[in-house]
Amino acid sequence: MKKQQSLDDLKNPRESRVHERYLRHSKKFPNVWCAGCGIGIVLGTIVRAVDELQLNKSDVAMISGIGCTGRMPVYVDFSTMHTTHGRALAFATGLKMVRPEMKVIAVMGDGDALAIGGNHFIHAARRNIGLTAIVVNNSTYGMTGGQYSPTTPIGVRAATAPYGHIEQPFPIAELAVTAGAAFVARSTVYHVQELEKYIAQAIGKEGFSVVAAMRYCHTTLGRINRWGTAPTMMRRLKEQSITLKRAEKMSEEEKQGKIVRGVFVERDIPEYTQLYDQIIERAQAEAA
Amino acid sequence: MNAKTTARLMQGDEACAEGALAAGCRFFGGYPITPATEIAEVLSRRLPQVGGKFIQMEDEIGSIAAVIGASVGGAKALTATSGPGFSLMMENIGFAAMTEIPCVIVNVQRLGPSTGRPTSPSQGDVMQARWGSHGDYPIIALSPSSVRETFDLTVQAFNFAEKYRTPVILLMDEVIGHMRERIVLPDPETIERVERASTTVPPEWYKPYENLADVPPLMPFGEGYRYHITGLHHDERGYPTNRLDEVQPWLERIFRKIERSLSDILLYDEDGIQDAQTLVVAYGVTARSARHAVEMARERGRRVGFLKLKTIWPFAEEVVEHAAARLHHVIVPELNRGQLALEVERVVERHKVHRINRADGGMIQPAEILAAIEEREWAT
Repeated sequence: MKKQQSLDDLKNPRESRVHERYLRHSKKFPNVWCAGCGIGIVLGTIVRAVDELQLNKSDVAMISGIGCTGRMPVYVDFSTMHTTHGRALAFATGLKMVRPEMKVIAVMGDGDALAIGGNHFIHAARRNIGLTAIVVNNSTYGMTGGQYSPTTPIGVRAATAPYGHIEQPFPIAELAVTAGAAFVARSTVYHVQELEKYIAQAIGKEGFSVVAAMRYCHTTLGRINRWGTAPTMMRRLKEQSITLKRAEKMSEEEKQGKIVRGVFVERDIPEYTQLYDQIIERAQAEAA
Repeated sequence: MNAKTTARLMQGDEACAEGALAAGCRFFGGYPITPATEIAEVLSRRLPQVGGKFIQMEDEIGSIAAVIGASVGGAKALTATSGPGFSLMMENIGFAAMTEIPCVIVNVQRLGPSTGRPTSPSQGDVMQARWGSHGDYPIIALSPSSVRETFDLTVQAFNFAEKYRTPVILLMDEVIGHMRERIVLPDPETIERVERASTTVPPEWYKPYENLADVPPLMPFGEGYRYHITGLHHDERGYPTNRLDEVQPWLERIFRKIERSLSDILLYDEDGIQDAQTLVVAYGVTARSARHAVEMARERGRRVGFLKLKTIWPFAEEVVEHAAARLHHVIVPELNRGQLALEVERVVERHKVHRINRADGGMIQPAEILAAIEEREWAT
């Protein structure tokens, strides 16, 4: 029987089908995010990536910590868990170990992943456990009102840096590469198709994969620094970003303040839960 | 002769690990800390032998988080630590209570506060086990006083965790953890194992926090039941809510599920209470000194009742109240500045309660308890 096409299908067939299939019908909408926020864009890229990979929804878990990004899992029809601040990757580690067949995606903000959760982030990368970490980076603590985070650039004003920020920011992608992740990429919520491609690659990768998704927060950091409205800040993402290829040809000074987009690493290194299966085999052989 | 039931010389920590395996534990996440490290060491060797998983996490916060994550995946899961690590775990223990995820947390108590004395025993974390995480939540805590009892209560801790969908704390101490005793383990066939309640409702009808029953079934992730777990107050489907008519029934249920089952949860041994004048209430390692003192006192003709609590939380208030009702004196020895004594004083007239406390890392000697018994008895 041929399915009746709705008006939406005709307008954007893939979009409506994906939303219908992956968003929870039982969840009380609307969502918690401010109008103009980029988190919804990231959420869209994740479900389209899952769709593209043709994964069974029951085989996908989305785990988050606390903050604006922490509210992402509740809207999607996967197995979802909204945990404590900074600990998404640690919860995800336990789940992945007992359910290695599942695709476990941890979604975190920059403060969640790199301040309070920084320890879990580097150790999950070092361990190369098969999780996908999506760090939605707005360089601030949005939910609590724009305090400085581990990725706030020097000189920027924040709710807790009224005289300007003096700490160096973490470069998330470079940190993940150094810590041992198998796949690391960075893009922005302006470059939606690229972001979707990277997220699909990350979820498909065996081993620890990281996608740093740059966004902005127009209601907190943007307001404090008078960076303008959401569309203005979206345009800034476009103007500030350069590809990895181009960055390689630029001097350090030229790269200052730029968002470098691209795949930073993709390497085949043994994945943790697969190595642990070998431990089980070894232990059982020795016991026998 | 069955090799599995022969006598063995075993350490308390080892008995805890074996008890966990016997209960069906298949995941351990932990971080090295004296005097609990041996539990991790034994399980790092034993778990993969039975197809289970062991991981040494980057800290205790990650350990308890991984344990909860593993439990959500359907595995019976354990972590073991001591005071400093127990303090770090508090937020996520509250998360497990809030989200009703079964797990077992072993705290081999050492002398605190802070780093304290890692190789000295203590019972200083009794109140922390009850109130350590913020907010109001129920908890179950058990405390063994011998190596064999450590095995049994570890099994029991898993059974309670699964049966009541709650974190369960096993309060051991340095002496029980490190002491070696000759024990005979029960035949694995005879051990009662409680499995998590399951449901056959279609996934789209499943409500992980349905208030109809005291304990709604918890379906593991990865088996077709897709739902939401959150540390926010949530409705029956697990979605965040601010509605009082959704929060209130949940709050009532999580307390009700424990309070209605006290006859199952409260474990204790009592003897000689019927014709006693004085009652000794003890738990954990101190119960050994107390038992000795009670026997010495009885040999001297004293009428002393003995109540050993194995379930510390919820506090066996009716049991203690009933046992002490007719008596003149209640003696509560413990290795802290008086923690469980506060509970005893809450249910027994305060002037009847005599505390014996020690919080310097040394043990309470039977003679001290005996002296307290005799002093009380002379006074009457």
